[in-house]
Amino acid sequence: MAPLLDVRGLKISIPTHGGLLNPVRGVDLSVDRGETLAIVGESGCGKSMTAQAILGLLPRNARLSAERVAFDGQSLIGLPIRQWRKIRGRRIAMIFQDPMTAFDPCYRMGDQMAEIVRWHRPASANPRAIADMLARVGISAPDERLGQYPHQLSGGLRQRMMIATALLCQPDLIIADEPTTALDVTIQAQILKLLADLQAETSVGLVLITHDLGVVAGIADRIAVMYGGEVVEAGAAEAILGAPRHPYTQGLLDCIPTPGETGRRAALGYIPGVVPRPLGELTACNFLERCARAEAVCRQRPVALSGLPDGRAVRCRLVADGRALAIHEPGREAQPA
Amino acid sequence: MSAIVDQGTDMAAPAAGALEARHRVLSPGRLAIRRAVSHSGFWLGGVTLAVILIAIIFAPLVTGADPSTQDLSLRLAPPIWHAEGAWAHPLGTDHLGRDYLALLLYGGRISLLIGVLTILISTLIGVTLGVAAGYFGGTVDLVVNFILTVRLTLPVVLVALVAVAVLGQSLPLLVLVIGGLMWDRLVIVTRATTQQLAARDFIIAARALGASTPRIFLRELLPNITAPLIVVCTLELARAILLESTLSFLGLGVLPPLTSWGLMIAEAKSQFLFRPWLIAIPGVALAALVLAINLLGDALRDITSPDGKA
Amino acid sequence: MLVFIAKRLGVTALVLLVTSILSFSLVHLAGDPAVAMAGERATPEQIESIRRIYGFDRPFHLQYLQWIGDVLQGDLGRSTYLKEDVAPVLAKHLPVTATLGVFALLFALALSVPLGVVAALRPNSLIDRAALVISVTGQSMPSFLSAIALIFVFGVMLRWLPISGNATLAHYVLPAVALGYYASPAIMRLTRSGMIEVMQSDHVKTARAYGLSAWQTIVRHGLRHAIIPVVAVATVQFGYMLGGSVVIEAVFSMDGIGNLAWLSIRRYDVEVIQAILLIVAATYAVLALLGDLLNAALDPRIRV
Repeated sequence: MAPLLDVRGLKISIPTHGGLLNPVRGVDLSVDRGETLAIVGESGCGKSMTAQAILGLLPRNARLSAERVAFDGQSLIGLPIRQWRKIRGRRIAMIFQDPMTAFDPCYRMGDQMAEIVRWHRPASANPRAIADMLARVGISAPDERLGQYPHQLSGGLRQRMMIATALLCQPDLIIADEPTTALDVTIQAQILKLLADLQAETSVGLVLITHDLGVVAGIADRIAVMYGGEVVEAGAAEAILGAPRHPYTQGLLDCIPTPGETGRRAALGYIPGVVPRPLGELTACNFLERCARAEAVCRQRPVALSGLPDGRAVRCRLVADGRALAIHEPGREAQPA
Repeated sequence: MSAIVDQGTDMAAPAAGALEARHRVLSPGRLAIRRAVSHSGFWLGGVTLAVILIAIIFAPLVTGADPSTQDLSLRLAPPIWHAEGAWAHPLGTDHLGRDYLALLLYGGRISLLIGVLTILISTLIGVTLGVAAGYFGGTVDLVVNFILTVRLTLPVVLVALVAVAVLGQSLPLLVLVIGGLMWDRLVIVTRATTQQLAARDFIIAARALGASTPRIFLRELLPNITAPLIVVCTLELARAILLESTLSFLGLGVLPPLTSWGLMIAEAKSQFLFRPWLIAIPGVALAALVLAINLLGDALRDITSPDGKA
Repeated sequence: MLVFIAKRLGVTALVLLVTSILSFSLVHLAGDPAVAMAGERATPEQIESIRRIYGFDRPFHLQYLQWIGDVLQGDLGRSTYLKEDVAPVLAKHLPVTATLGVFALLFALALSVPLGVVAALRPNSLIDRAALVISVTGQSMPSFLSAIALIFVFGVMLRWLPISGNATLAHYVLPAVALGYYASPAIMRLTRSGMIEVMQSDHVKTARAYGLSAWQTIVRHGLRHAIIPVVAVATVQFGYMLGGSVVIEAVFSMDGIGNLAWLSIRRYDVEVIQAILLIVAATYAVLALLGDLLNAALDPRIRV
């Protein structure tokens, strides 16, 4: 059965005065119904842009090219705006990072939610259905909340209302772009659990974008790790979190202390260096300058994604060559450069 | 360990080997010049203004005629592009037989002179009030705001007309009246800029080092206000020229024997059905001059703003 | 909210007080009103008696207090030239100027707001540059020049519209365009920059991401925000138009208070000049206050 969302070879470039920027350099993704795909990476790795590209929301001067961007069999490339209006919200809904600014401050919450729902699912646009959904996402006193303005609500409440709005449209796929980054840690956990529960109920597809690996565990079925505009490792969540193969993924996991295992004086792992500017074309492995295991062969040419026998994909010359890289052990001190 | 230091100190440089292009960093002055050169408004406005200025300043070279010489036998002669036009008077003559080209150029001198002098006066008033309000804040700011509100409440054209009618129509008085009324935008801009600057570290540092207030004004504040000030002054110059032309058009501006473009248009009003060029020539000149100044001012604003054009 | 209004009213009253003093002083600054009133061939005794009748021999501040006291009771004095009370004369001429101002503002808004929105949606495109050209040209021509040009094209050459007087509504068209054209650039630029900014905001991104219609995205969630400063500016521009209508009314021979002011200045009709200055200033002050209130009404965040 074809996946719900199928993205192959997605490239985004932005011409600037200083040259051609390539924030996304060829990304492959796929999500099925009822499945959660987590896209993980640092700021600037191109994950938000990928999400915006799927919904056709890139800035005007950005150029998109892809082998395939298909949603439920339909291609999303070069859609006229009229077609987009039937897909955005109705079939694919997006939840944004900053609940503070996602809603219009001039209108009441109820009016804004009703406006969106009435546009896509008029049958659900009655106050009763909306209030029910608010209750379902864990908001008490829903009628009162609907009469308030956005600035009168807390971030957690606003995010819940954003999720409720998305669900009221009954989409097939939800893309959540860093939905919990702007929230307190305790609220984070609640929102994530909410998303997981709702997915189990409605079998909506979920793409969860985050920079925080900790968020991903427990909710993701599959993970795609992005770095510098490329997917560097992709596969089943448990496999990747348990035994990461790409040095970057290993580095990310090293940064997280493991309760009960990390010793008191053990240094937390870190990845030296900064994310490179996405300028021009690659001539070698993108992670080269920050990789502890880099060798001469990594400098020769850009690295392609290669499949591993367990169904994973890794973008590393050394792993592809079958060189035995030490299996990652949590809590171990990082290797010196 | 060394890897971190290397990467850390040169954040702007991309990781070597992985990427190709580098970008240089330009000084603010060179950046401004580069922006100016590529700004179409800058060229259009600048060149037009330069042409007008040169023609006006070097008027005696452009035309040998004397604007005050009347030749009633040659009144209302048409300009050169008409059948009866002659090179003796390339732009024709007015109702008193004076050469129109000469009137245009010498009248332009007056319009421009009044404009520049008025801006000098309004800048003096505006900067003083604005800097005081922005730097000292508190009561001073309240007072300046009140003065500004009163000024904004007054209908400028009406007050100018009354003032000129009441105080007399000499050129110095005209300059004082217009200059004394057009400082509002200068105050607003100066005050806003000064407020932003006063909160910045280098001012606080200067105070901490014991610099006296006048010294801070001269050495720290004023150099940093110059850029937005030049932009506002340029745009206000355009408005001042427009105001003078309006007053002259209504007969309460420049008086004969002097002339200005507004006055020329007023004198030609009765003729405009049959001899439209009498209004069109000074009209086009006036519009061209003000347009050039406006374009230049807008270009300067684009060039000196930190984020470029919107 | 009430405190906000009360404070603004207080400031406005103070401003008007100072404005009235300034207007009064300005008008009485030069020469002797009695001489002007008496005419050229008056005898010293006649001048003296005029002085006594109109109270010009009293100290300046007393004259002012008398005048402002009368004004607050609705008596705007008596025109020496027209031999009538000023207040009814103003009342007769005010509607013309007010109508002209409203039409001019409507024209300015109808031209500038859509132009600004379209220019913002396609920055640096052909239409954006065209809007810019219209905008800069509008600021570069004095209103009397635009008036003359309009008269020539539409009145004389095409003969579509009347060019003198204010008998019918059609008479207001050309003057309104001439008067409104000068205000258009400021409104267009403000709309354009406000729209560019708001279209990049997060809540508009939400609207787009949920596939809302063009009207909902651009107008309900975009223009609604961008228009807020425009409202304040438009109100203020209306105030300018009332004061700046002098030129337009002169060129088009309209019977408004601008023309009345102009004639009174020429005739040195002191009482009328004072009254008009005060009325125009007061109208402007009230409009500015209204602009602030509208701002607060439109943006729930401002209502402190």
